[in-house]
Amino acid sequence: MNDSSHVLSTILFLVFVVATLGITFWASRQTKDATDFYAGGRSFSGAQNGLAIGGDYMSAASFLGIAGIIALSGYDGFLYSIGFLVAWLVALLLVAELMRNSGKFTMADVLAFRMSPRPVRTAAGVSTITVSIFYLLAQMVGAGALVGLLLGVTSDAGKALTIVGVGALMIVYVVVGGMKGTTWVQIVKAVLLMGGATLITLLVLGKFGFNLSALLGEAAQKSGKGEAFLNAGGRYATDAQGLAGKIDLISLGLALVLGTAGLPHILIRFYTVPTAKDARKSVLWGIGIIGTFYLLTLVLGFGAAALVGSGAIAAQDKGGNTAAPQLALAVGQQLFGDVGGTVLLAIIAAVAFATILAVVAGLTLASSSSFAHDLYAHVFKRGTATDREEVLVARIAAFVIGAVSIGLGILAQGQNVAFLVALAFAVAASGNLPAILYSLFWRRFNTAGAVSAIYGGLVSALVLVIFSPVVSGSETALFPDADFAWFPLSNPGILSIPLGFFAGWLGTVLSKEHNAAKFAEIEVRSLTGVGAEKASQH
Amino acid sequence: MTTKHHDASVYEQVQSSEQFQELKRRFRAWTFPMTAAFLAWYLLYVILSAWARDFMGITLFGNINVALIFGVLQFVSTFLIAWAYARHAGKKLDPLADQLRHEVEEKQQ
Repeated sequence: MNDSSHVLSTILFLVFVVATLGITFWASRQTKDATDFYAGGRSFSGAQNGLAIGGDYMSAASFLGIAGIIALSGYDGFLYSIGFLVAWLVALLLVAELMRNSGKFTMADVLAFRMSPRPVRTAAGVSTITVSIFYLLAQMVGAGALVGLLLGVTSDAGKALTIVGVGALMIVYVVVGGMKGTTWVQIVKAVLLMGGATLITLLVLGKFGFNLSALLGEAAQKSGKGEAFLNAGGRYATDAQGLAGKIDLISLGLALVLGTAGLPHILIRFYTVPTAKDARKSVLWGIGIIGTFYLLTLVLGFGAAALVGSGAIAAQDKGGNTAAPQLALAVGQQLFGDVGGTVLLAIIAAVAFATILAVVAGLTLASSSSFAHDLYAHVFKRGTATDREEVLVARIAAFVIGAVSIGLGILAQGQNVAFLVALAFAVAASGNLPAILYSLFWRRFNTAGAVSAIYGGLVSALVLVIFSPVVSGSETALFPDADFAWFPLSNPGILSIPLGFFAGWLGTVLSKEHNAAKFAEIEVRSLTGVGAEKASQH
Repeated sequence: MTTKHHDASVYEQVQSSEQFQELKRRFRAWTFPMTAAFLAWYLLYVILSAWARDFMGITLFGNINVALIFGVLQFVSTFLIAWAYARHAGKKLDPLADQLRHEVEEKQQ
């Protein structure tokens, strides 16, 4: 990284900040009621929401992280991205349209539909806030480290200041712009990210005469690992890890593929469009954008290995997170000289900031919406809160959650918290997904079942991770000096997902409660769209 | 919110109607087996990545091996299933769902 590119990326980033703040204040004038704040007035088109889904979902971990894993460990980064993509079919086939038809603002709207609302909303609110804060914390800590690398900020105070800056912007987007502002930030980010990734990919492929095989050959040779670099086993389930490593990989795969459709910040995106058909269109657009993006990261990762070299990447950042920016610099220099390299690096660094901001804003919105709509309005006020009150509480909650995550992000600086993303997916797959699927498809399901599915999945995923090698008992653990690990896998999904489904079943059959009339209503509504919430009329 | 005042029996009538049962059957008969199929196909890929490295490492042409093709096929199958679902929903589900929705909304007036 060099100084002129730091200056240029800072300028580009400031342009992004000014533009998105402009959009946010415009959006705040369009935000009049709760439907506007929580669901953007349900006025986005399928294509717009599809882009926003991409912007919400493609985090810095998937842009910089996956390219980095491929650049350092080869093929295994691809395993990650395939799980992230295939997961969208669960959302498309089973969740998106039915949720849009039967819910209003949060995941809990669907779960509480035919249940006793207070216990179910409490459980769903706790789970939503837990999942979102884990994910948020991972992004915040990542942001500090990343911006440090990209802008040359090396002091702890500088990194802390970066986290405060990122956090403050995210709070403004959510508190001022609500879902409308956040959605537009995500749309702008998705366009920038796709544009930046496509540009670098074309330049890299161009250097190899658009011959992917030649690019792979060069990457394998430069990596020093030969053909093994192009096959699985470079990072996950290595031969040294034996059977536990292989089972861990299956466990990770399960959490990725089943977690997406239970992530609260993804679920609330389905409410931002006027009808279920638009929700379907959004997911189709999302799948197109996300799939294309992960194919681009394949070229970026192997391109970085071929043109920058694994050694130079690992020297900059052990995790490989700077592989994509380093590739931009290298390919720019080789094709257009120093100025070209500086410009491309600055563009990719600015895109990376935009990526972080859009994702953290989505997470803050999801958790504050759930706090205000589920916990405050329905549990605490028992449904008597007015729209104005709810939105005010949501704004305060966004501010508090933002401030807490800034504080935790600074405290956790330098800690290895990457496991929090996988944990968020595991909790979503183990607690939220069983509750959602049972609610939509199982006639007999009831309050006890919903509450046990959510807490059962949440607690089993958390407990298994606490006693896993990611928290203690290994060199890379959160607490490397302690050892209280007895669960051998880093990913709890293979056990916690069946436990969540089992707890939901057990809770259901142990309770006699059952509301047939309300099940008829949710079944008819979810499949036909009768009585679905309409778009705002302004 | 209008739904709070609806007579639940309207929904029960619709639920037990032949038309709704047909809609439900068309929805489940397509999405449930397809979900099982793509999850199995994905798990096969992950399992082969963990246990069948020699097979995944077979070079097909140039530097392209089975692992890369298998991975790209996961993208292709995801795109195809998404497209096929949109087609199925547009042709077989939407017309029936729209018709039922109009009927219920008329009854509720």
